[in-house]
Order: sequence, then C-alpha cells, then structure tokens
Amino acid sequence: MEIKHTALAGTLESSDVQITLSEGKGISIDLDSQVEKQFGKQIKKVVTDLLAKYEISDVKVHVVDKGALDCTIKARLIAAIQRATDTQNEQNWGVLE
Amino acid sequence: MERLRRTMMFVPGNNPAMIKDAGIYGADSIMFDLEDSVSLAEKDAARMLVFEALKNVDYGNSELVVRINGLDTDMGKADIYAMVKAGVEVIRLPKTETPDDVVETEKVIAEAEKFFGIENGRTHMMAAIESAEGVLNAPAIAKASDRLIGIALGAEDYVTNMKTHRYPDGAELSFARNMILHGARAAGIAAFDTVYSDVDNTEGFNHEVEIIHELGFDGKSVINPRQIPLVNAIYAPSEKEIRNAKAVLNAIEEAHKKGSGVISLHGKMVDKPVVARAERTMALAKASHLVDKEGNIYVE
Repeated sequence: MEIKHTALAGTLESSDVQITLSEGKGISIDLDSQVEKQFGKQIKKVVTDLLAKYEISDVKVHVVDKGALDCTIKARLIAAIQRATDTQNEQNWGVLE
Repeated sequence: MERLRRTMMFVPGNNPAMIKDAGIYGADSIMFDLEDSVSLAEKDAARMLVFEALKNVDYGNSELVVRINGLDTDMGKADIYAMVKAGVEVIRLPKTETPDDVVETEKVIAEAEKFFGIENGRTHMMAAIESAEGVLNAPAIAKASDRLIGIALGAEDYVTNMKTHRYPDGAELSFARNMILHGARAAGIAAFDTVYSDVDNTEGFNHEVEIIHELGFDGKSVINPRQIPLVNAIYAPSEKEIRNAKAVLNAIEEAHKKGSGVISLHGKMVDKPVVARAERTMALAKASHLVDKEGNIYVE
C-alpha cells in the first residue's frame, strides 16, 4: 500500500497518541514519548507490525505518545493509514483481527 | 434472570482516557458514543478507537453498548460492520422514529454477522427515542426486533422537538417517559431514562432518579461516573424489602420441596409477579452489596 499524502490521527491529550504519516523511502519512525525508555521498543513494534499487515514499506512515521495503550496506538495508526491512503471508506477487514 | 441495568454510562468515542478508564466505575452498562459526541472529521478515528478498545480492554461485567451513527449518514453502515466484528453486545440506534428504522438496522447487522461468519442474532440492539414521532411509535418500535434489549428516552432532542426545554419537575417528559416505559414493558424489554446534564446538581439529579425509579424504569443514562453511586443508592432495596423478598423465595423453595403447587406466605398467596419482584429485589440487593452471594443480609 502506498502513502499518497501526509495525514495524521490522534491528539496530544493524556492517554492519546498523535501519529503523522508522510511519504518516505523505507520505514523511519521518529518517537517522542515520556516513557520512551520503558516502552519505546514496544511502541515501535506495534507500529511496524501494523505497517507490515498493511504492506506499507515506504513511510515516515512521527509518533507523539502521551501514555497511550497499545490498542490506542493501533487505532490511531489505522486511522492515519486510512487517511494517508484515501481509504477511509474501504475498510481492510483482514487486517483488523 | 434478567440483568440489571441501573446505569448506562456515556463515554465519548474519541476520548482514549475516558475509554481506558470506563470500566472502573461499576456501571452496569457502558455506552461508547460514535454519534453526537464525535465531530464529523473524527468519525473514522473514533470508530477504530472503540473497535480496538472493545477487542482489547477488560470492562469486567459491564454490558458493552455502542451508539452508532444513523443509517441515513455515510458512517452508519461502517459503524455497524466494525462493531459487529469487534463483538459488541448491543448496538444502539440513535433517533429512532419508526419500527422500520429498527428493521433496517437489523438487516445491516445480520448482513455484517453473515459477512464475518458470526452467529446470526448474537448482536443485540437498543433504540433511542428522541422525537414526538418516536414517542408515539414507542410500543411498535419496542416490538420491531427480537434483538432489542431495551428502548431509551433521549430528552435533549425530544424537548427541542416539543418546543420546550428541561424543567426541574420533569413534567415536560412525563408523557414520553410513560410511553417508553409502557412500550418497553409490553414488549418485555428494558426502559432507560435520559441523561441529566447538570452534573454538579446532586439534589436535582437525585430527584429525577427517584421519579424514574418510582415509575419503573430499569435505570438511567449517566454522563459522569459520579452519578453512578447516586443511582445505585436510590435503586438499592431497603432491609425490610430484602427480608420480605427472602421470605418469598424461601416459601417458594419450601413449597417446591413439598411438591405443593399453591404457595402462601403470612396467609397471602404468592403468585408469579410476587416472585418476580422478590427475585429482582434480591438481584438489586446483591448488586448493592447489601447481601452476600447466598442472600444473607450483611450485619451492620
């Protein structure tokens, strides 16, 4: 799947995460989180696993985490992917387990 | 035994902090909202947030409900498919005006269940009634589908439609409450009262809960966790009611042991409605932590 334009989802409220996707070569993840030391690896894993399911291999990901649960990170990334690929109305059910 | 639904807590569908914590307040039902509390630009994100929460967050024994956008919007069908796949217990229809609204929604739910290979009928429904037409059709709406577990009054839109507003005595809602209650009871489903939005007015809130408790509503919609213990306190049975309910259930048990068909207690016949009331009283007493699992009253 191809990123068509920059898109973001989520907010900077507590327990949320704001994820911005833009076009790039390969996958690069820029993480800004107060809990990066404890959870940075886990947050990046949630992002890379989901990108792999959507078969997205070229994207710049900017993550501003405000203490989000894994399921919130997934939800915001899905929304950002759908917005960046103009597929809000074409749910990929196979990816949503 | 029918489940208790004293409180249905509204949780905005695009608020991760509230979604994360929704299970800790002891609401009998939690209603995640994809409709009025979510701006148009965030509908897609809220749908995914609630989807992931339903799949991953443990909400204990609370019944899980999602208010979808109506099928007359671009979002309604996608909301239904996502929530059915997530395994939600109840889908709540907004602004239900006719039985056809229920039937149309049920068709899409059934389609979604078939599409995902989910057992037909697993997803329940409830309908919010928020207009004069909806109130007048409440009895027919309540019987429109076997999936319905209840109908609810949504007063904010209703009073606007009626060219009035909310008053402390609730007279403006009297007809709607009674129609919804009778519609629900005739169909054998639950009746939920509307929200009370002035969260700092405890006296006014309690007054409203006392009114709907006396009328016979199953419970009330709440918008703040602080309102949950207030509702529960008013729905908690008195010690005298608990003792009477226990006596009724003991008399039933004794009569069954003796093989007796006719049951009496203190010279009065115990019939089916008396037993149903006693069972509900004991369920409320247990939920209010006034008795232990065996039904013994806790000694102060």
